[in-house]
Amino acid sequence: MGRTELSGFIATLNRDLSIARREGGEAFLAVLFFVLGALLFPLGVGPEAQLLAAVSAGLIWVMALLSTLLALDRLFQADWWEGTLELLVISPEPLPLIIAAKCTAHWIVTGLPMAVAAPVMALLLNLPPEGWLTLVGALLIGGLALSFIGSICAALLIGSRRGGVLMTLLALPLYIPTLIFGAGAVQAAVGGYDSTGHLALMGAITLSSISLCPWVTSAALKQAME
Amino acid sequence: MSDEAYLMTKHVLELSNLACRRGGRLLFSGLDLSLTEGGAALVTGPNGSGKSSFLRVIAGLIQPLQGQIHWEGQNAQKFSDNFRSALRYVGHSDGLQPVLSVLENLKYWSQIYGSSQDLKKLNRGLESVGLFDLSELPARVLSAGQRRRLALAKAIATDGRLWLLDEPTVALDRQSIKRIETAISEFRSSGGIVIASTNAPLNLSDCKALDISDYQWAEQN
Amino acid sequence: MNLSAAPKGNFWHRLANPARFERLARWLTPWFLLGFLGFVSTGLYFGLYASPIDYQQKDTVRIMYVHVPAAWLAMMTYSTLAISGFVFLVWRHPLAEVAGLAAAPIGAVFTALALVTGAIWGQPTWGTWWVWDARLTSVLILFFLFIGYIALRNAFDDPSRAAKSTAILAIVGAVNLPIIKFSVEWWNTLHQPASVSRFDAPAIDPAMLRPLLLMACAYLCLFFFVLIFRMRLELVRRRITALQYAQAGVSDR
Repeated sequence: MGRTELSGFIATLNRDLSIARREGGEAFLAVLFFVLGALLFPLGVGPEAQLLAAVSAGLIWVMALLSTLLALDRLFQADWWEGTLELLVISPEPLPLIIAAKCTAHWIVTGLPMAVAAPVMALLLNLPPEGWLTLVGALLIGGLALSFIGSICAALLIGSRRGGVLMTLLALPLYIPTLIFGAGAVQAAVGGYDSTGHLALMGAITLSSISLCPWVTSAALKQAME
Repeated sequence: MSDEAYLMTKHVLELSNLACRRGGRLLFSGLDLSLTEGGAALVTGPNGSGKSSFLRVIAGLIQPLQGQIHWEGQNAQKFSDNFRSALRYVGHSDGLQPVLSVLENLKYWSQIYGSSQDLKKLNRGLESVGLFDLSELPARVLSAGQRRRLALAKAIATDGRLWLLDEPTVALDRQSIKRIETAISEFRSSGGIVIASTNAPLNLSDCKALDISDYQWAEQN
Repeated sequence: MNLSAAPKGNFWHRLANPARFERLARWLTPWFLLGFLGFVSTGLYFGLYASPIDYQQKDTVRIMYVHVPAAWLAMMTYSTLAISGFVFLVWRHPLAEVAGLAAAPIGAVFTALALVTGAIWGQPTWGTWWVWDARLTSVLILFFLFIGYIALRNAFDDPSRAAKSTAILAIVGAVNLPIIKFSVEWWNTLHQPASVSRFDAPAIDPAMLRPLLLMACAYLCLFFFVLIFRMRLELVRRRITALQYAQAGVSDR
């Protein structure tokens, strides 16, 4: 009985994962969209192998950004609609901790599968195999940052008239560093250069977003309650 | 004064000079209310007059324009941990996750509030609102009245000490209303405090009546 | 019951009164207008006429006097958004959020000006209308940050919610801007061949510095002139809305 420091985190993590599991396919729509990009780009720019190989790292990352953005709606929308969000805001559990749990669950449900699906994308877009491992690693690290940073924009837009497209507009500039270092890491690996510098920078972004974003998102949620 | 008498007159919840402004309108001001253990207040007033906002100000969802809230002698806005652990707010929305089962919904909140997750206790909470038979069903399939009862079960089963109920009996049939009233009385007799807003009939014995329109003044420019 | 009773002594508190702000604003406005006219005329004189031409770029370098200060002002305006957001969230000063609301479109225009003049500058120099160099790319991102701010403001019916959300957004954007700029520079050095030099002013000759600073002062005066004007406009607009609400409220009693 009683609360430990992490009990709210674990409880919320479990709950969000259970909900995602029960809702079944919905959570995977974002991953499907992610892989859809592998179909769209060759149709758009032509199937020439060398061209695709040159742009594949960036394309995969752009698709990862957009797919994460699409899935950001689900972060708070359901809880806001059902009224559980306001209960969490006034609960004795620290709100940033609960937000961190929700972002982590979001990453497990969207970011993680995307990283797993990335080799398929890499195959279809002709990314040289030297880059595959770095791609998966970078998407894992970066995906966590994307979920956390995106939570700020999702919180700012709760209950507004315009949802999805505006969220994209707000979040994409904030995603740019992750994109640059993530794609850079893969390109470095493909070129035979050392990608650890890029990955280290990505790691720094992820760590700082994990520790800082929940506080900002918490402030955004509180003002959304008024 | 004996210890018992002192405790009985000690005000656990004190609202002083509370004022709230929303959307540029001053909803109420100069509102004072004190409640002891087992006390209750029934908030009435026309629709849109600020009953919900009043409850939300106490809950901490809205910052008051001025005034203070004291819980057990402490300023609830500055030292909110104690207050939040004791507070259970049931607003217009039911606060349920549709895909989780009735019991799972309850279990989550008992984890958040740090109250006992003992199955017997949760089931007793469900029984008191007549939902024990439905405990394994997803909350999605409950009727509006049943959802309302589950929302109240959250307050009942998680050892709160202050209940803020916003129109708790909306969409409920008479039997459910009776159940709620019984639950409220039991809660109060164990020392809990209830503030409920309502337009529908809700029978609370020995409670203070608070009409929001008493605290509305014509605003001067 | 009048809750905001006697005016407090602090200058900023007194300024929160719209009537007082209006008086101060009306007094300041002509000075900023004069300042702008003065600075822009001397700046353009020195910039377009009485300053040396660049060895390589010849006369086209003169665009720099319009382009570079515009970029500076764009950055400064975003800082204004962030600072006013911070002031609003911490001290709840009502003028702060009005300042943010008024400044955002000005910033967007300065950013657009920087982008367009950047393109005009680039065309004769590099042969294309757009070059993805680090500075222009950062300015383009800044443009989207402004548009995002404006769009977020308009996304809410409740003005206080709009004000608080955009305040948070501006602060988040300001904190992220250095990170974004750093990553864009990094990206640029990765992908640009070394031969393409930075799309920058050549070594700053003092004769070139003068018109640059004059134009910067001109833009600054213009910024304050337009800002105060827009703030007054917004305060009047709010007063009208309040009167309309009051009229609707009275009719039901």
